[in-house]
Amino acid sequence: MSTATTYAHTPGFYSGDRPEIVTSRFRYDDSYTIERFLATEGYEGLKAALARPATAIHEEVKNATVLGRGGAGFPAGTKWGLTPPGVFPRYLVVNGDESEPGTYKDRLLMERDPHQLIEGCLIACYAAGLSQCFLYIRGEMALAQERVATALNEAYAAGYIGKNILGTDFSVDMVLHWGAGAYVVGEETALIESLEGNRGMPRLKPPFFPAAIGLYGKPTIVNNVETLANLPWLLCHGADEYVKIGTPTSPGTRMVAVSGHVKRPGVFEIVNGTTTFRDLIYGDEFCQGIRNGNELKAFVPGGGSAPWFIADQLDLPFEGRLVGAAGSMLGSGAIMVMDDTTDIPAAALTLTRFYAHESCGKCAPCREGGTWLMRILERVVAGIGTSRDLDQLYEVGETICPGAFPHASSTALDIPAVPFPYKMTTICFVGPSAYAPIHSALTLFRDEFEAKIVKRTFIPVTAVGAGQ
Amino acid sequence: MSRLTEDNVRVALEIIGRYPKARSATIPLLHLAQQQDGYVTNDAIQHIGELVGSTSAEVFGTATFYEMFKFEPVGKYLVNICATLSCALMGADQLMHHAEHVLGIKAGSTTADGMFTLEHAECQAACTEAPTLQVNYRYRFNVTNETFDELIADLRAGRLNDEIPGHGTVARIRQRIPADRAVGAQAPDDVTTAPIWMATPLSAEGAST
Amino acid sequence: MTTTESDPNAVSITINGREVTARKGDLIIKAAEDAGEYIPRFCYHERMSSVGMCRMCLVEVDTGRGPQLMPSCMFPVSPGMAVFTDSPTSKAAQEGIIELLLAQHPLDCPVCDKGGECPLQDQSFSHGPGESRYVEEKRHYEKPIPISDLVFLDRERCILCDRCTRFADEVAGDALIQFTHRGNLTQVNTFPDEPFASYFSGNTVQICPVGALTAKPYRFKARPWDLEETESTCTTCSVGCSVAVQSTRDEIVRLQGVDSDPVNWGWLCDRGRFNFEAVNSGDRLGTPLVLTEQGHLATSWNSALDSVRQLLDDALAAGGPSSIAVLGGARGTNEDAFAWARLAHDVLGTPNVSAQMADGLPVGVLGLERATIDQAASATTVILLGPDLKEELPVLYLRLRDAAEKKRTRIIEFTPKASGLTRNAWRTVFYEPGLQDDAVASALQQTDIAEQLATGEVVIIAGRANLAESSAPTVAALVALTAALPNAKVLPALRRGNVVGALQVGLRPGAGGLDSIGILAAAAAGKVECLVLLGADPLSDVPDADLARRALAGAARIIAIDTFATDSNRLAHVVLPAAAFAEKSGTTTNLEGRVTRVAQKVTVHGTARPDWMIAAEIATRLGTDLGFGSVADVTRAINENVDGYEGVNDDSLAAAVDGVIAVSQTIDPINAPLVRFGDRNAYDFRLIVSRTMYDAAVGTQHSPSLADLGVGTAIHVHPLDVARIGSAVGSEVKVTSSRATLVLALTTNDSVQRGTAWVPFNQPGGARIGDLIDIDASVTDVRIESL
Ligand SMILES: Cc1cc2nc3c(=O)[nH]c(=O)nc-3n(C[C@H](O)[C@H](O)[C@H](O)COP(=O)(O)O)c2cc1C
Ligand code: SF4
Ligand code: FES
Repeated sequence: MSTATTYAHTPGFYSGDRPEIVTSRFRYDDSYTIERFLATEGYEGLKAALARPATAIHEEVKNATVLGRGGAGFPAGTKWGLTPPGVFPRYLVVNGDESEPGTYKDRLLMERDPHQLIEGCLIACYAAGLSQCFLYIRGEMALAQERVATALNEAYAAGYIGKNILGTDFSVDMVLHWGAGAYVVGEETALIESLEGNRGMPRLKPPFFPAAIGLYGKPTIVNNVETLANLPWLLCHGADEYVKIGTPTSPGTRMVAVSGHVKRPGVFEIVNGTTTFRDLIYGDEFCQGIRNGNELKAFVPGGGSAPWFIADQLDLPFEGRLVGAAGSMLGSGAIMVMDDTTDIPAAALTLTRFYAHESCGKCAPCREGGTWLMRILERVVAGIGTSRDLDQLYEVGETICPGAFPHASSTALDIPAVPFPYKMTTICFVGPSAYAPIHSALTLFRDEFEAKIVKRTFIPVTAVGAGQ
Repeated sequence: MSRLTEDNVRVALEIIGRYPKARSATIPLLHLAQQQDGYVTNDAIQHIGELVGSTSAEVFGTATFYEMFKFEPVGKYLVNICATLSCALMGADQLMHHAEHVLGIKAGSTTADGMFTLEHAECQAACTEAPTLQVNYRYRFNVTNETFDELIADLRAGRLNDEIPGHGTVARIRQRIPADRAVGAQAPDDVTTAPIWMATPLSAEGAST
Repeated sequence: MTTTESDPNAVSITINGREVTARKGDLIIKAAEDAGEYIPRFCYHERMSSVGMCRMCLVEVDTGRGPQLMPSCMFPVSPGMAVFTDSPTSKAAQEGIIELLLAQHPLDCPVCDKGGECPLQDQSFSHGPGESRYVEEKRHYEKPIPISDLVFLDRERCILCDRCTRFADEVAGDALIQFTHRGNLTQVNTFPDEPFASYFSGNTVQICPVGALTAKPYRFKARPWDLEETESTCTTCSVGCSVAVQSTRDEIVRLQGVDSDPVNWGWLCDRGRFNFEAVNSGDRLGTPLVLTEQGHLATSWNSALDSVRQLLDDALAAGGPSSIAVLGGARGTNEDAFAWARLAHDVLGTPNVSAQMADGLPVGVLGLERATIDQAASATTVILLGPDLKEELPVLYLRLRDAAEKKRTRIIEFTPKASGLTRNAWRTVFYEPGLQDDAVASALQQTDIAEQLATGEVVIIAGRANLAESSAPTVAALVALTAALPNAKVLPALRRGNVVGALQVGLRPGAGGLDSIGILAAAAAGKVECLVLLGADPLSDVPDADLARRALAGAARIIAIDTFATDSNRLAHVVLPAAAFAEKSGTTTNLEGRVTRVAQKVTVHGTARPDWMIAAEIATRLGTDLGFGSVADVTRAINENVDGYEGVNDDSLAAAVDGVIAVSQTIDPINAPLVRFGDRNAYDFRLIVSRTMYDAAVGTQHSPSLADLGVGTAIHVHPLDVARIGSAVGSEVKVTSSRATLVLALTTNDSVQRGTAWVPFNQPGGARIGDLIDIDASVTDVRIESL
């Protein structure tokens, strides 16, 4: 029997009897107020941190191996250590641009518990010697912006932010900054360009690793909202407690959103590293299976950029390396489930269109190749494609990602997995991401593409009500 | 066609003051301009350039990169229907067809009465609540044809005026940094030393990783 | 290999398996090129920061972690690195990029100016897949659109390499073109109603790797394969940029910048790039003219030279050698100047010779320890005490801007009015015209400035910031500076193409001789029996218009050598047609003292002759053989006779691509003059008159593309000063100096300081601002009143 509970004020979120590191306050409808926050261990982590030397806090975070939750999964403590010694000022830029298809977690954390995020930022600034913090929130998230603005105003007034925080000589300003609608700006170097008032076009890494050459050319730590939201709990309960949850390689919890053709789509804080995709999609705690008793056809395990999985991969745990070896990535903790009524080419098109549309235009392969892929696929989906088009899709894809491209194994098709990573001719992952869904779909469901070419019929993307 | 009003210039200067470099305020000021006029006028672009010390071309180049900035008038309500995978799987296409039918316009255009502009949008970070839409960036979840019709009716009747401001206004609450609490932004090159609370430098091991 | 061990900057890497030694810090793309492996590229440009945007230069690089695709324009070499420019993956990547770039590119090569010299075309053949599989609709834009008075943009051809936009922002500092929109719709454009009005716009046309940017003066003029080209030096101003002069059917059609490391880095200003149009002008003087009752009549060289001899003989008879004066010669070659110097000093025996036009500095400025442009652009501190370099020495402006942007150099600027470099100056000290020595004195007292000046090399750039004041205040300030900074070197900011060369090889006052002002004054006073105008146009060049007019009226005889008929030579007794730029060869000396070649590319207009030849002919007619049978004879004579030019000869010039430095050692340094001021009335504005890039200069006015670009005559005051004038901006006002009253349009200008007023000099069609200026007064104060 499911113990999962949901609240009117957190649409889509379900808690259960699982550890709650970042969602512990979601149960309160006033969770975003400073009163509630202070009544529930709020700013205790900060106080605990300020009681010890900055380096000790940095060590603590490193020991807990808090994996980045933005997509790359790089340990926060280690990242902070990459700033060149003795070079200042250093900045913190909070990545709240959540826009990876399927991803829904950072918005909840900002809307429901802004003070927790602020506290996490303060801890990071203290530990890594970051003297100013910029909270970059996606432009389309009006409520999150208002909640964070209010929280910042409260926290400034209450002395948690600004000059001599809590009477110590720790002083830091936190500035709320809005985006204006550009997915690529979520990429950390583009985020920095955008924050400098420029077009959000990624910079090349190297040399522009933010930790070394970031905002205004100074060392800059870019961390995801969820990553930072982990810190208050970590500082209150210590790294030892933190690593007791999850696995050594993936400690703690993770926010995941499961959307698409499941009975009960939702956002869950799950135990990292152990929870499997089967648990998530079929588990009573979680999504309770495919809607209308339909069959699972495919699912995207880690946001729109990730190569697709099929039933064969259901028993993989939510663990980066294993998923990488199986031919995909965990990315931003976004799972999109497609049942057997799904028109696969049309589904792939929605993602390819997304990445083609969101290309910043800097790299020729992404700017031209992404749109070219989209045009071809549009023809195929519209039922006016030729069989030449299918090879063409691979060939254009090759210009973006020369060489083998990762994909899942399939017993039915009797093909082995091709593991991560892939070669790319672009600066960032937007280019390859336009190809990823096409490659997965073509590799695992080529017959559906051929069907369209032969039959030239048009099946709508969705099958709402199918089987009802 | 208007520059920022005196009041908005005051707000603009306050925002600029928070950043180590004025140019960083470009996007916030573009939002401010759009809030003032409903869209970003050329005069506003010039004015912003003067305020942050960029050429108009630079501000224009930045502004046109971002989806949210409009350069000619749009409807009072901008209706963005998400079209990305999760929503598509749950019927975004039908919803868009319905919306086009109800509003009598194609996606990407504005109703004659200037009330509504309808647009395809990309993932809105509410994928579990698909299909979703935003009206001036306020969410509506699990939208059905019926709830869509109600929404339009409510907007027409002004029943949602409190919740949903006219196009241009995103967040209605602004950050205010009290002067007595502010540390103050410093030009990046003026800072060279570690902040005082960094009693000891980062551990060599950490620094060398 | 021994070099590798000994040389700390050597990095040994392998390229396609071959061991090569690269320089530390070299980018892979450059190291490979030096090693003979050309990696295709579009966005990469040696003189601009790398952006890794076009992805054309992707190659597989193995730094120990297995081969990775890397943009070779972004990564410096590292020891042991293995580069594979033609591995299957590298080739696949490059072919892919070409196909993608061509996907949207129109196939209009046959009608494209770039066709035949197009990197996209060339690299498609060398590195492309050969066939395109792109069958979709291409992007369409209105084509081509003018983005400035000189440049057109075809967005369909653009491959978005970021070269023009990077140049505008990074190099020129005029970020007026930008990428707009996003992704597949990204385009280059200007802000709707703000054109790409940059003095350097022509460079973007030159560096565009496709035919997206085209220059009005060249569009559809020629096909690259019909072009003949020769390297030369631009003599529009004294920076002396290296250029390739390109012609077809014996007509100049284009100038391209050539990368001279110590000088122009490949850049040109638009004036230098496009004013070759004047050389092709139909208005050029093609035959000698003699003055008759019916005005000027064409005549033969023979009779013209006879008249010249006659005029000179008469002058000698009437007033002796010193009654003859030679004015000008700064626009020709060293050879022209030297031949005329010999004629004037040795044959005619007059000391009254000057290559300046009462708008420069005393010759003694060339006696100060001379700096090179490189020394200025790498000095710890540069002190600017002169004109707005962006207006008068544009490419020097680019070099100094770069030095300041890259934080190599701090600029301390003394100026009466904000200049093009004010944005980049570490300190700008505004002074009231005439008071620059006070400004300098008090600046030197400031501790931060003193500390800065104590930290490293200092280069002073000295010239005339204001034509409405005498040179005395500037000289006084300069002397104060050199006294306070004995180790500082000086770069003279004198403007005309070969003014430094002309002065150094002898077109300067001899012992007891008159300088340009003295010559004009003497002529005005009727003391000059024969005035020779050597490409000189006093009426447009001399700040004091009244003096110029009186001088021309007072000179008993006038002989003019020029390329065009001007107001000044309208009354000359004889006018001899001179060969123009690219019609003659020889050498020129830039402001550093750098001697480089100027080359003939087209045959002379009509029967025009180079100045040096004319001088030789006149000498012969006066009974002296200067021994100049060819330009080489003159070059040799300079080498043998002129101090500083000992090292300048055919061999050294052939050997040194970037020219040979020649600095005169025997010119006495300037010393402080005394400065006297008239008393200033509180209602008055102190007047600043200075040049802008485009003015009524002959070369500009006869270049159709440039003729209309002048800023126009108006009196500019600080916005807050308008009130006390009591006239609306745009209305006409009465401007009165001790000399005259003019009616000028009133306008405001933030770069003008309060209490001063600025008027651009010598604008086409405008009122003669020179009427207000009294060359003898230290400064000019004017009263501005509403009509
Ligand atoms: C195309 C692209 C989009 C991205 N979008 C986001 C995003 O929306 N939010 C985010 O936190 N990280 C995003 N990332 C990851 C960031 O670049 C960066 O790795 C992350 O913010 C670092 O924070 P973390 O270490 O705490 O995960 C994106 C990366 C790429 C390549
Ligand atoms: S891959 Fe696409 S989005 Fe990323 S930098 Fe290149 S062009 Fe921009
Ligand atoms: S030349 Fe290297 S990416 Fe363009």
